[in-house]
Amino acid sequence: MLMTEKEIDFMGARKFAGVASIVLVIVSIVSLAVNSLEFGLDFTSGTSVRLSYSEAVVVEDVNQTLRENSYENAVVVTFGTDRDIRILLPVDENIAVGEQAAQAVIVGESIAELLQSASGSEITLLGSDYVSAKVGGELVESGGIGMLVALAIIMVYIAMRFQFKFSVGAVVALAHDLIITLGIFSLFRIEFNLNTLAALLAIIGYSLNDTIVVSDRIRENFRRLRKGTPLEMVNISLNQTLSRTLITSLTTLLVLFSILFIGGESTQGFAVALIIGVVIGTYSSIYIASNVILYMNVTREDLMLPVKEGAELDDIP
Amino acid sequence: MLNKYPAWKNILILLVVILGFLYSLPNLYPDDPALQISHELTELSQGDMPIITSALEAAEVDFFGEEVDSESIRIRLRNLDDQLRAKTAIEEALGDSYIVALNLAPTTPGWLQSIGAGKMNLGLDLQGGVHFLMEVDMDAALTRRMEDNLSNVRTILREQRIRSRGLNLISNSHLEVRFANTDDRSQARSELTDVFPELQFQNREAEGVFILDMRMTPATALQIQNDTLQANRTTLLNRVDTLGVSEPTVQQQGSDRIVVELPGMQDPAQAIRILQRIATLEFHLESEVGAPSLSYETYEYDGLLVNVDNDVVLQGDRISNAVYQLDQNSQPSVNLSLDAQGGNQMNRATRDNVGRRLDILLIETKSRTIASINEEGEEVEDIEFYEDKELIMHATIQQPLGRQFSITGLTAREASDLAPLIRSGSLAAPMTIVEQSVIGPSMGQENLDQGLLGVQVAAGLVVIFMLFYYRTFGMAANAALIMNILMIVAVMSSIIPATLTLPGIVGIVLTVGMAVDANVLIFTRIREELGSGAPPQQAIDAGYNRAFTTIIDANLTTFLVAAVLYTIGTGPVRGFAITLMIGIITSMFTAIVGTRAIVNLLYGGKSVKTLSIGNYRKKSTQDDLNVAAGK
Repeated sequence: MLMTEKEIDFMGARKFAGVASIVLVIVSIVSLAVNSLEFGLDFTSGTSVRLSYSEAVVVEDVNQTLRENSYENAVVVTFGTDRDIRILLPVDENIAVGEQAAQAVIVGESIAELLQSASGSEITLLGSDYVSAKVGGELVESGGIGMLVALAIIMVYIAMRFQFKFSVGAVVALAHDLIITLGIFSLFRIEFNLNTLAALLAIIGYSLNDTIVVSDRIRENFRRLRKGTPLEMVNISLNQTLSRTLITSLTTLLVLFSILFIGGESTQGFAVALIIGVVIGTYSSIYIASNVILYMNVTREDLMLPVKEGAELDDIP
Repeated sequence: MLNKYPAWKNILILLVVILGFLYSLPNLYPDDPALQISHELTELSQGDMPIITSALEAAEVDFFGEEVDSESIRIRLRNLDDQLRAKTAIEEALGDSYIVALNLAPTTPGWLQSIGAGKMNLGLDLQGGVHFLMEVDMDAALTRRMEDNLSNVRTILREQRIRSRGLNLISNSHLEVRFANTDDRSQARSELTDVFPELQFQNREAEGVFILDMRMTPATALQIQNDTLQANRTTLLNRVDTLGVSEPTVQQQGSDRIVVELPGMQDPAQAIRILQRIATLEFHLESEVGAPSLSYETYEYDGLLVNVDNDVVLQGDRISNAVYQLDQNSQPSVNLSLDAQGGNQMNRATRDNVGRRLDILLIETKSRTIASINEEGEEVEDIEFYEDKELIMHATIQQPLGRQFSITGLTAREASDLAPLIRSGSLAAPMTIVEQSVIGPSMGQENLDQGLLGVQVAAGLVVIFMLFYYRTFGMAANAALIMNILMIVAVMSSIIPATLTLPGIVGIVLTVGMAVDANVLIFTRIREELGSGAPPQQAIDAGYNRAFTTIIDANLTTFLVAAVLYTIGTGPVRGFAITLMIGIITSMFTAIVGTRAIVNLLYGGKSVKTLSIGNYRKKSTQDDLNVAAGK
């Protein structure tokens, strides 16, 4: 499977792939608009209720009891010992800011009562507080600006090393990967917290890496092979990089699946996000960036640098 | 010669590997459970250690490795159980004013410490501990600065004998001075403009009064907020130090918040007590006899009632240092140093007031636990915060004061208590805890164990795959991979003291997956070269050379993104970005230079017929074009 025994006409399916990607991106955007994301407490404010049981707690039971009593969005975690739990609840938006702390106390008492009657275990309410979001609005804002800065830097760098059309290709591929990954999160209502945000950032790195490797081959082939249309060049390059693309995806996925199954509960969301991202990133490095470059009518002249400068660049070992 | 590294290059690589090994070594030594004992306000006395020893003997707890200095005592215990028992015993023996903090003491051998090698810091999620988010009251900070300005304006007008019809604080960024005529106003304006370059001046007339508006510019306000946050951060760092937590994080978040993370700390109530016991200081003059009753507040001092004028002469954040000393008459005193502006203010306020009393107010935000009975008749405890003002000094001004002056007339104990309190206590603005969470040590250990197992299994799978797919070259790549992990650990332990968090571990794991990418690129190239008929030595050389630009381009772009993430991100995002950046640099070194050295040692400089790099297909450029043309 990993040896490219038969050359594949990747770009033959470029129209189909283009349409499929556009559909996926639109579905993702619609889902994001309608469903939004399932933000974890890192991003939203909420109520934190800390309880201490007289005997060991089964988190699943607590979860079930809460679900059955209209606390659908509660997140239950243990802390310290196996007898102490912390329940995180999204805050009721209708309550005035000043009254949230008071409301938190009421919520805490009613939950403690509810769980006590359901479990039969002695429960002590350690405390219930209003918790403000870890990630303030201003961080989200500066994060957004940072993202734009990062994109701009990437575009400038690629335009310098390659050509502007490649910048567009790489950034479109990047946006494609991020939007679809977010879309899947929104569609399947997977919680989005700071860990998944970190995963999303890793996807940026991964997707870029893949795209650059392919672009690098395209550039090289344009300079090396004197014959052939741009479409042929892209096809040759994709075939040449295919085994590398697959092997790297495979090793990365090996790693991610071992995290998913062994790494423990707290890294699962992270692993899932990355697995989705790697699969989409692999696909986009083959179909999106090259497709965009072709649609922008890349030519051999685009990559033929002025002789002097080109000679210098090629001399880099 | 082709594929032969000069000796110096091989030695350099060997050196890097040895350093990587040495500097990651400390992570193999487990920490001892320890207790850190300090006094809440003052230095420890000589009698403290014997009390601790006898308390522990009575409780039959074995301890060792005590380190005693004037600030704190640290003892090591055999296990976590002993640690808790020892804490209770010592707390009972020493009493309330001592802080007994649970923590961990490193067991890194001396020779490793002497070369600067240390353990990697584990984040809260891997070690357990407490997390606080504190919010700084910026409104109060601005108001205090404006109050400060107001009293300065008053002093200057009095000195210049300019009559005003009153000064008012309109908001926390705006004050007005009223005058009876324009002459007074323009004279005042010209006097004041030089003194307050950060304020904007404007004339206004209302109800026949001539008003001079003084407003703080948004830029100045921002600057003050920034300074305030930094000042509070420093103060918090000082206070946290008394807890003896090995690697505390005191970090700015956004424009008005500070994150405090105390790994290994298991007692949030005590941490709150320490962090909240942060005071602000204010210097006032004693109110003059017959002053209107609204212009002063009354405090008790040594059994006397003292009326303290409401005008703040100087805020505590102007104090740069406070030292306990014996003066020339061997009397205990506290020597204070102020910053330049503080010195000017103090001088202006005191030169006309020699003989009057100067008062220092200590303002503390304290917390207390309130027990109340809830509906079910159970006793619940709640934490409440309140402000406590105390007059701590009431001394006569002997002469005009400047940047350096001393407070005398104190008992030795008072003086030695006061100095550290002023030093650590001059908080620029009040703070409140808006969020707190505790992560248990068992949960941290579980996260760490699972994370490490994940790394091991992942690395194992990748190693097996590379060996199977690239044979001898795969082995070289695997050696590079292990070298890479060692180097990341070494860098994170000693060179850049980064904190390892769960996302950080995942970052390392991901580097493992992606680090082989560089080798995959190189090896695929070598296979291609062999496929198009190049002799082995040339294929190796060409493979490495041609893959080089690709690897640089790909890694440099990713590095740029990681750098941007590091600059804008906080917490987990930062932790992830830093491991990614370190991983990119080390993996480029190991994957390009490291594997090349191994390959050169194996194949270089001799005649080689075949390379053990797995199967490859013979083809030519013509093949490429045939495919492209659909043949």
